[in-house]
Amino acid sequence: MRIYADNAATTKMSQTAIQAMLPYMETIYGNPSSLHSVGQEAKEALNDARERVAKVLGATAREIYFTSGGSEADNQAIRSAAVLGKRKGKTHIISTAFEHHAVLHTLKKLEKEGFTVTYLDVHANGLVTPEQVAEAITPETCLVTIMFANNEIGTIQPIREIGAVCRKAGVLFHTDAVQAVGHLPINVVEDNIDMLSLSAHKFHGPKGVGVLYAKRGIILTNLIEGGAQERGKRAGTENIPGIMGMTAALEEAVAEMPETAARLTKLRDRLIEGLSEIPHGEVNGDLEHRLPGNVSFCFEGIEGESLLLLLDDKGICASSGSACTSGSLDPSHVLLAIGRPHEVAHGSLRLSLGKDNTAEEVEQIIVSVKEVVEYLRNMSPVWRDLMNGKRQFVIK
Amino acid sequence: MALYSEKVMDHFRNPRNVGVIEDADGVGEVGNAKCGDIMKIYLKIKDDVIDDVKFETFGCGSAIASSSMATELIKGKPVSEAMKLTNQAVTEALDGLPAHKLHCSVLAEEAIRAAMKDYYDRHGIAYDESQFPAAHDCDHCGV
Repeated sequence: MRIYADNAATTKMSQTAIQAMLPYMETIYGNPSSLHSVGQEAKEALNDARERVAKVLGATAREIYFTSGGSEADNQAIRSAAVLGKRKGKTHIISTAFEHHAVLHTLKKLEKEGFTVTYLDVHANGLVTPEQVAEAITPETCLVTIMFANNEIGTIQPIREIGAVCRKAGVLFHTDAVQAVGHLPINVVEDNIDMLSLSAHKFHGPKGVGVLYAKRGIILTNLIEGGAQERGKRAGTENIPGIMGMTAALEEAVAEMPETAARLTKLRDRLIEGLSEIPHGEVNGDLEHRLPGNVSFCFEGIEGESLLLLLDDKGICASSGSACTSGSLDPSHVLLAIGRPHEVAHGSLRLSLGKDNTAEEVEQIIVSVKEVVEYLRNMSPVWRDLMNGKRQFVIK
Repeated sequence: MALYSEKVMDHFRNPRNVGVIEDADGVGEVGNAKCGDIMKIYLKIKDDVIDDVKFETFGCGSAIASSSMATELIKGKPVSEAMKLTNQAVTEALDGLPAHKLHCSVLAEEAIRAAMKDYYDRHGIAYDESQFPAAHDCDHCGV
């Protein structure tokens, strides 16, 4: 029996989404740019999907650009704002230290091109304040890009208030909402958002499709040149099955949101309560401003990859921010950004619950994580040193 | 394809020689918690033979498997043979490691050498310094 608790990585597709895709692979497989009827039927579907996605976000259809996913949307939003800024001689961008790499790596590239970037401190609780944003804005600022909810520790930023600060200062505001859309109520108008990125596979839609919302009047810069698709801003034949699946998944996720969020919040809090019984372990990130399904812990004296492999042996699919699992040289930049030292960040565990998880599964996870942490600590020289006082505990 | 070979997973799931030797003749510890792996090797040596060996490891699956395999390769062997253990031998015995995990086998080799050096030092046994090159810098973070 497998317990899937890695829904922040990706989700199982919903049947509604799968069924919504099938006609566009089997019968209405035309190219929306074709004049014949099967092409025009696909085009009608595409227009309909754009309207429906816009409605869910509180936007208008012409503000919706379909992309290959969240990373592309992040890249295009930031690139576009940089081009617009540079034209006016504005080359300062504000972001946070714990954005997704799709944002951070784009910003790093812009820094090489002469932009300056302020990375706001996210504090030990994983939150930035609107005041921090206000203080960081200068006459040269062309963009503020701050994620809606963090993918590792689940903290939710005060987006509406940050958006208001940006509006007042006349600075474009982009939010990477990949972890938030379908899980939290979002309205781009009420939340003062100029640009927003989302990805379908985070809310039970298909992989390889996402959206960039860009407020009317914002001129986007192409990342992909070619045909005139997406109002000339994103070339390439539209991924119609993906777009139809995403649209159905989004509507479903939003319709089910109140019920799902309430249920997941209960499961999450029980999981946090259970794992908190493990000594010298601690939850990462604010407990109140937190995604309904996110549980993130650091356990001292162990390393995350071995923890994941042993949990996998027990049928539990989870994730970690240890260097060994990230494939990079350092442990997760998110955990470092909230002040976890390297040696503690290596011992991190993320469990992200989704709508299919049950209370029984949560109890099983608690038992298994306790067993595995204890087992690994018993063979860890770091744990031995911590216990005999040769090394100091960071987490009391 | 799985991340690790069956051999690695076997040694990770059922590590051999885990533990501590309280009255060890030599103890070696290498690695750094900051980089995410530390290995500690305990040796009991009798009549120039590795009579017993135990390990403790803080690290990823391949670090635990490399420690386990390294202890198995030297247990019951003459000291002179244990001194010749290389990271390649550990890697081969594990049916290979992913490229970015090869440093785990290097750590295992270094941990055993560090324990041997400690044994020589404690027992006043003369040795050639060149047998114990300084442990390489962590290629991750330069620690």
